[in-house]
Amino acid sequence: MVRFIALRLLQAIPVLFVVISATFFLVRQAPGGPFDAEKPVIPAVKRALEAKYNLDQSLWQQYLSYMGDLLQGDLGPSFKYPGWAVQDLIGSGFPVTAELGIYALLIALLIGTTAGVLAALKPNSAQDYVPMSVAMIGICMPTFLLGPLLVLVFGIWLEWLPISGWGDLPGDKILPSITLGAAYAAYVARLSRGGMLEVLSQDYIRTARAKGLPEHVVVLKHALRGGLVPVVAYLGPAFAGLLSGSFVVETIFQIPGLGRFYVQAAFNRDYTMILGTTIFLSTLIVLFNLLSDVIATWMNPRLRDGLRGGSQ
Amino acid sequence: MLLQVDNLSVSFATRNGVQAAVKNVSYSVDKGQILGIVGESGSGKSVSCYSLLGLIPQPPGRIDSGTALFNGEDLLKLSPARQRDIRGNRIAMIFQDPMTSLNPFLSIGEQLLEPLVYHHDCSRAEARSRALQLLDEVGIVDGERKFSSFPHEFSGGMRQRVMIAMALITEPELLIADEPTTALDVTIQAQILRLIADLQSRHNIGVIFISHDLAVVNQLADHVLVMNKGEIVEAGPGERVLHKPQQAYTQTLIASTPRGAKIASGRERERDSETLVSVRSLSTSFVDYSSHAAKRVRAVNDVSFDLYRGEILGLVGESGSGKSTLGRSILRLVNVDEGTIEYDGVDLLALQGNDLMPYRQRMQMIFQDPFASLNPRMTIYDALAEPLLYHGLANRQSVQSAVLQLMDDVGLEGRFIRKYPHEFSGGQRQRIAIARALATGPEFIVTDEPVSALDVTVQKQILELLLALVAKHNLSMLFISHDLSVVRYLCDRVLVMRQASIIEAGDVENVWRDPASDYTRQLLASAPVL
Repeated sequence: MVRFIALRLLQAIPVLFVVISATFFLVRQAPGGPFDAEKPVIPAVKRALEAKYNLDQSLWQQYLSYMGDLLQGDLGPSFKYPGWAVQDLIGSGFPVTAELGIYALLIALLIGTTAGVLAALKPNSAQDYVPMSVAMIGICMPTFLLGPLLVLVFGIWLEWLPISGWGDLPGDKILPSITLGAAYAAYVARLSRGGMLEVLSQDYIRTARAKGLPEHVVVLKHALRGGLVPVVAYLGPAFAGLLSGSFVVETIFQIPGLGRFYVQAAFNRDYTMILGTTIFLSTLIVLFNLLSDVIATWMNPRLRDGLRGGSQ
Repeated sequence: MLLQVDNLSVSFATRNGVQAAVKNVSYSVDKGQILGIVGESGSGKSVSCYSLLGLIPQPPGRIDSGTALFNGEDLLKLSPARQRDIRGNRIAMIFQDPMTSLNPFLSIGEQLLEPLVYHHDCSRAEARSRALQLLDEVGIVDGERKFSSFPHEFSGGMRQRVMIAMALITEPELLIADEPTTALDVTIQAQILRLIADLQSRHNIGVIFISHDLAVVNQLADHVLVMNKGEIVEAGPGERVLHKPQQAYTQTLIASTPRGAKIASGRERERDSETLVSVRSLSTSFVDYSSHAAKRVRAVNDVSFDLYRGEILGLVGESGSGKSTLGRSILRLVNVDEGTIEYDGVDLLALQGNDLMPYRQRMQMIFQDPFASLNPRMTIYDALAEPLLYHGLANRQSVQSAVLQLMDDVGLEGRFIRKYPHEFSGGQRQRIAIARALATGPEFIVTDEPVSALDVTVQKQILELLLALVAKHNLSMLFISHDLSVVRYLCDRVLVMRQASIIEAGDVENVWRDPASDYTRQLLASAPVL
């Protein structure tokens, strides 16, 4: 087990290295720089700023000094928020984004698995077609359309829920969480339907029925564990996607999360902020993929033995 | 009477309309009696039992008529809840494939307890002690420790024992066993059959034993039903039905079951003919990736034998004995560790790339499962024309007639030439596979369990075909099989393989009469006979 995880973490190092290097050089290829504004800065001031942030050095020198700082855990200062270190900005935005991501994930799992399992129990019936059609719509509908639609219906017409903010008014977390979770719920529904259909056709489900077990025991105890393996394997990528893809929702609902910092940083050419957020998110993606692989493996008794063997 | 089934009819709605699976079937089982139901695939033998317990999916299945009185209560008129009360409690079932019939995600103990916990309102502690007692009764030692094991840690035979324990834990009055030994090796089959007979008499329960294998049913059943195409062809005491059959279909079934020495021995092997294949000290191993800690397994270990020109050499062994790997090693379909294979005086292992090509043409293979070994997207014509064209045995003009000739050789009508594999029955597909092997005009064929997936009447036809082709084309054949009676029927000499080694070799009749090794003796004794 330990060896398996250690091996996967070692594999992550070259991945992160390539991501960091590519981002570093790509953002600097983009036209403009952090201190180009609509109102031109006095050249002397601009030079002083560039000197302060080492931007007057050659690209390679900047790269090497950045990597040196990074190895010591320093993501550097933000170019746009003077006095703020990038890690502090991430630290202030991430908890909000993480909370939003967790709510969205819970919604996705709750709605998705329920719909998927129900659909699999009666394939090719209304109980299958209706949730699966809704799921298809959910996958097709982008968040920048769903968000405003929900705001229009529940915020403006029905006046049930606040239309923006995060933690300011009661219930203002509901619409953004649903908006972000909807597409994932749809995908989870399709995965769990497929997984359950496959498991329900297995011989051991026939055995469970032949034992005279009540149908809910057959489904929840005998089928669900195997049927949800694909969903669990998808959780890692899903959570990473929720975190890194939340900026649209954060923008629509005016949520002070990491996603908004990320997009603003890109517009502002805030090199260190872009890099810092990219590193942070890609590390999370690697970790969550690993985590969901470990859980999916752990759920299968046969592979579990292999993991144990690997630690010896 | 424990169970009395009358006029049971079951149909399935299919794409081609409603098809009757079981037609007006009546039978009965009493306490302490074993009823054997025999039939080929699609005969309705399983459906006639599953439908009693609500185990066929409805729709597409539908019970059209009939009654099934179980202790006076009509099973077919019960509410689903009442049906569940009886199912797995008073009527228990075991299934064909113990590898897939246990839930891989739940421990053995958990699965054993379930019937008691759900049917008898029994505490987990009580259920556990009862389960341990039953594990002991079905011959699983150290039950306490095995309790928390998962199915994958058990062999096929052990899993079937667990299935039997699970079925008997509620002390049912009737046990339905659907091909319970078909997936097992012959020595394990013998143990499981003994166990079922033993438990049946000790608990005085009724048993319905469903099987395609007449010899197995012959060994066990008091009463036998023969089914064909959803109807009961013949019923009566086992002795009479299986030994003095009245109906033509039963007679055909029995005649198709290979028994005794080669009946079609029109051909006599020329003694002391020249050696075609000479294998010396052959070893082959492969890496087992089935668990995370991959390990090297030696499948063939220091094997030596000769195959003479014109003979059919049988290679028997139980699953995992290495017989298939040996066959593939000779054809160089897998990499060999060490040893030599001389083919017609040439060292095969020394040949590489294009030098090997002429030999590929002279050696062919036929696989067990014609469903899996034919490419589903190639018509017969494509499958047969490919080797002909590739080896330059036909050109664009002559290939069609060459394909038709091959089809004629294996008894397939020429009008099928543009059809795809899924349009054929299992037997026809195996004919295609044989034609494919013959296409290159080989002199040596390795056949790996070529009739194991086939019904007994079809098996007979394929065996006859193989014999005829061996004579017609003067073939030499290595015939790999787990089925001793088929080997005895077809082969001139036999090799017995166990745990990667050949432990016995000799003329078939000599080996049968006087086996040299204990293992061969045990194998022969385990094989049920009709």
